Amino acid sequence: MKPRYFEYHQPTSIDDVLELLSEYGDEAKILAGGQSLIPMLNFRIASPAHLIDINGVAGLDQLNLTPEGVQIGATARQRTVENAPEIALSYPLVRRALVQVAHPQIRNRGTFCGSVAHADASAELPSVVLALGAQIIARSSRGERTIPAKDFFEFHLVTALSADELVVEIQLPPLAAGSNGTYVEIARRAGDFALAGVAAQAVIDEGGTVQSLRMACSGVGPVPQLLEEAAQLAIGSDLSDELLLEIDNIVRTTIDPPDDVHASANYRRVVTGTVVRRALKQLRDESGSNHD
Amino acid sequence: MTDTTTISSGHKTVTGTGVKRREDRRLLTGEGKFLDDLNFSEFLEAAIVRSTVAHARVRSIDVSGAIDLPGVAGVYTAGDLEELLQNLPPKVVHPDMSHRVRFPIVLDEACYVGEIIAVVVAENRRIAEDAVDLVIVDYEPLPVVASTASALDKDGPIAHLDAPDNVCVHITQKAGDPDGALLSAPHVLSETFVISRGGGHSMEGRAVAARFDEVAGELTVWDATQAPHYARQMLAVFYEMTEDQIRVIAPEDVGGGFGPKAQFYGEEVLIPFLAKKLGRPIKWIEDRWENFVSSAPERTQTHRMSVGFDDEGKLIVIKDIFEHDQGAYCLGLQVPSITMSTLPGPYKIANIHSELFSCYTNMVPTSSLRGAGRPQAVYVMERMMDRIAEHLGIAPEEVRRRNLIQADEFPYAVGLLFRDGSPLTYDSGNYPGLLEKAESRIDLSAFRDRQIRERKEGRFLGVGIGMCVEGTGLGPYEGARVRLTNFGRIMLTLAAAPQGQGYQTVYAQLAADALNLDMDVIDVRHGDTGNIPFGQGTFGSRVTANAAPAVVDACTQLKGDLVKAASMLLGVPVDQIELSGTGAFVVDDPERTMSLLEITRAFNVGRHGIAVKPGSPVGLERTAYFTPERAAYSSSINICVVEVDPETGMVELLRSVLVHDCGTVLNPLLVDGQVYGGFAHGVGNALYEEMHFDESGQPQTVSYLDYALPGALELVTPELVDQETPSPLNPLGVKGVGESGTIPTPAAIANAVEDALRPFGARFNRLPITPMRVLDALGVLD
Ligand SMILES: Cc1cc2nc3c(=O)[nH]c(=O)nc-3n(C[C@H](O)[C@H](O)[C@H](O)COP(=O)(O)OP(=O)(O)OC[C@H]3O[C@@H](n4cnc5c(N)ncnc54)[C@H](O)[C@@H]3O)c2cc1C
Repeated sequence: MKPRYFEYHQPTSIDDVLELLSEYGDEAKILAGGQSLIPMLNFRIASPAHLIDINGVAGLDQLNLTPEGVQIGATARQRTVENAPEIALSYPLVRRALVQVAHPQIRNRGTFCGSVAHADASAELPSVVLALGAQIIARSSRGERTIPAKDFFEFHLVTALSADELVVEIQLPPLAAGSNGTYVEIARRAGDFALAGVAAQAVIDEGGTVQSLRMACSGVGPVPQLLEEAAQLAIGSDLSDELLLEIDNIVRTTIDPPDDVHASANYRRVVTGTVVRRALKQLRDESGSNHD
Repeated sequence: MTDTTTISSGHKTVTGTGVKRREDRRLLTGEGKFLDDLNFSEFLEAAIVRSTVAHARVRSIDVSGAIDLPGVAGVYTAGDLEELLQNLPPKVVHPDMSHRVRFPIVLDEACYVGEIIAVVVAENRRIAEDAVDLVIVDYEPLPVVASTASALDKDGPIAHLDAPDNVCVHITQKAGDPDGALLSAPHVLSETFVISRGGGHSMEGRAVAARFDEVAGELTVWDATQAPHYARQMLAVFYEMTEDQIRVIAPEDVGGGFGPKAQFYGEEVLIPFLAKKLGRPIKWIEDRWENFVSSAPERTQTHRMSVGFDDEGKLIVIKDIFEHDQGAYCLGLQVPSITMSTLPGPYKIANIHSELFSCYTNMVPTSSLRGAGRPQAVYVMERMMDRIAEHLGIAPEEVRRRNLIQADEFPYAVGLLFRDGSPLTYDSGNYPGLLEKAESRIDLSAFRDRQIRERKEGRFLGVGIGMCVEGTGLGPYEGARVRLTNFGRIMLTLAAAPQGQGYQTVYAQLAADALNLDMDVIDVRHGDTGNIPFGQGTFGSRVTANAAPAVVDACTQLKGDLVKAASMLLGVPVDQIELSGTGAFVVDDPERTMSLLEITRAFNVGRHGIAVKPGSPVGLERTAYFTPERAAYSSSINICVVEVDPETGMVELLRSVLVHDCGTVLNPLLVDGQVYGGFAHGVGNALYEEMHFDESGQPQTVSYLDYALPGALELVTPELVDQETPSPLNPLGVKGVGESGTIPTPAAIANAVEDALRPFGARFNRLPITPMRVLDALGVLD
């Protein structure tokens, strides 16, 4: 469990990072928090010849809250995002998801952008950015482009990024007034990747009617999945208990999760229905309308 | 010169008190000294080519690419190591056993994924691993046995070429007339139970380093082992050296053992041999992946159990037929033999049939692991006790109460044989006491009221009991040596090697009281065959019951010597001398003292060429060994409360009350620590840990990403209640405790889960109880 030989680069500016990336391309890997990459190096699942450590690049760790939304820089730690009061206030989904990502020690190092760039099919944050309709800002020496979250994830650990691109930032869009979100997951142990998890972001009006809803789930396919059919059913409704059961059923039948040592496909199907139902129930109950 | 107050102030007993661990400062401040902390500049490091196929003929091994890699000192296969192709024998055997030869390195047939194919030695581990990747092995795949069911299938594959079948041993033990009793019993229930493979998961894996001193002809081996003397004996046989030419040192700190490190592995033979051959010290540190594929795990058993009982729930007969997975080779029959004899537990059962089919498979060999066959037996028995209760509509605690051996019935002969071949006779205990204490602590009737209330709210709580009797303190012996050092301190040397148990603390306590000296003048060292010639090792909850009496014996002898020495130096009769603090004083005149330093100067250091009085106690050192007549039986009960979410299958542990009886408690802090840790292992077996292998024998769980080891957040702190029933088998009355937290726990949790889901009639016969299995049992996944 020792990594193969690699050359270690410690650039101090974005331009230097991009230059190294353009020079080495798929021979290189960005090192952010290292919480996924280092284990992969140790297991020799990944053996890049060059490791480009971006932790020494000044200014990449920004976390800005503006009227245009939130910008999360490439080296902003998961824990920093989780602990930012503005995030807790405006993006409860982000905070609720983050506390279920690994353990505090790991979130102290792991970056928000790194988790998205890593694109583990069972990870929480890819579903979160998908549910929020976030944008991934990728830069290379060729220029910068904005990739919507829905186009970013291509397969387990595979994204739309080119080998020479760096995620410099992830932008969360501003949310409508009254928008609320939550993340509900089932994991074997605290801090484990989700067996089934769902990110849900909704606007429920004062009358208890769902105005908008986006849901994305983790752990049920090679990429985070938008639950569009289920969301359509919920929009315009008041999320009655009967409807929640119906949605639960729809979800079970529309997803096609994998079978592995952690759980069978059938288990994931059933439990994804349950977490979706629970997430929606929570959003309904928090919207203040009374459904008892 | 001597501070008389520290000597004549009188001795305060420390044994039995919760003295804090001496080990903790260095461990908590990162100052522990583990094997990998050894750092000779000339060290080479080894990495191992392991079979990637569960069963194959090895046609050829091409090491040329690896040898050519810069920094590689050598690559060795069986062909280069012919003198090492000797059998690594099983620890515990049976006359009917069918043996399979286990070489330290594969000759031509690989029998499990992880088996050693070649050893690479290089300047560092990274290069060694690079070279491992370059070794090309040509495997001819053979049929694979990947389960005990397939092993025992008459038409199934065979795990070894040239073997007629996969049976390692078939043993039946009987008491009374079980078959007759089953026919006549008013009620009979039968069930099949499956317990899955799990590992020891010590934080530090296995590790071996060695250096050969050509001038002295001595081989020094550092081994993160639980049994250094056993390792030395094996090495002496393999290398045809005498025991004095080999020194095996278990480093001062070994990061956990739990059983797997009490076994002897190929690496332990190969690494020192290569160090000698290459004339360079070599170290090999097992990494986590290797730990998963090559360190011995345990637990896999399938039981077919029947119980016969009367209308009152009194047991008449038990009949259990079980399959045990030895893995590819037999490291010993200790585990299944312990299962056989643990089955009856604390209950009076006139008719017993316990039948073992132990078999070979193409998976990593198994061995003892904290609990060592006991959790399985207890699981099976205790699950049946609950089924009896349910069948008759009697409370589970009541069914147990009606069957318990009573406190005045000891010694109690069960009618079977224990692992050591001696009749299974419980020495002492108070099982009704355990039950009563646990019941009142948990308040079962209040819980059951709550359970009914909560069910109406859609919350499913359950309570479960697990009770057990545990053979501990096995022989043959353990030893201790105690010496007055040249600088006036006491050096206590133990043969046994700890892996976190706190020997440096508890044996200093015992020595202090036996010598009547201050604990601060006593140093404890251990695990070095160079310091004490004989020992057995740390396993089977045996050390305290063996080593503690030896320590007391050696120290008592040394105390006599010290008293005699002081009396000679002070010119008073021995009955006028008492020891205390850091020396001796005169009873009638406490101002007159003699320090340990003065005594050692007179009798140990001596003056060159100057005679001492005849009869002087020179060379103040004593060694003692203790040999127990047979096992001492600890006992424990765990009552657990869980909540189950029937929609997700998640089980949350809410409470555990653990009453355990390990006889006399020497240090309650250490005992509690053992029980907590043991409990965590039991929770793992109950709810989380499982080693998966696919049909081709490929391990599927080789990292903590896939193998669910419970962490602090999955546990509750068990509420511990003590009961002390001293053993009559050793002068201190101690019994083992290292496994007491583990053994009753899977049973208690499984019973609790079944109790929680009783309204659904869900059955849980298989461990671990994963969320998926819960939903499966509830019929949700159909
Ligand atoms: C014990 C443990 C438990 C964990 N549990 C969870 C969990 O429950 N849920 C979960 O989601 N995650 C979990 N993780 C993973 C953790 O969240 C990682 O931190 C995260 O997935 C990756 O972030 P990182 O900053 O550490 O990235 P790194 O490990 O540094 O990089 C990961 C990958 O992303 C690439 N990369 C990183 N940053 C960029 C960038 N800016 N531009 C382009 N490519 C980039 C790297 O090149 C690499 O390929 C766990 C990790 C551990 C060790």
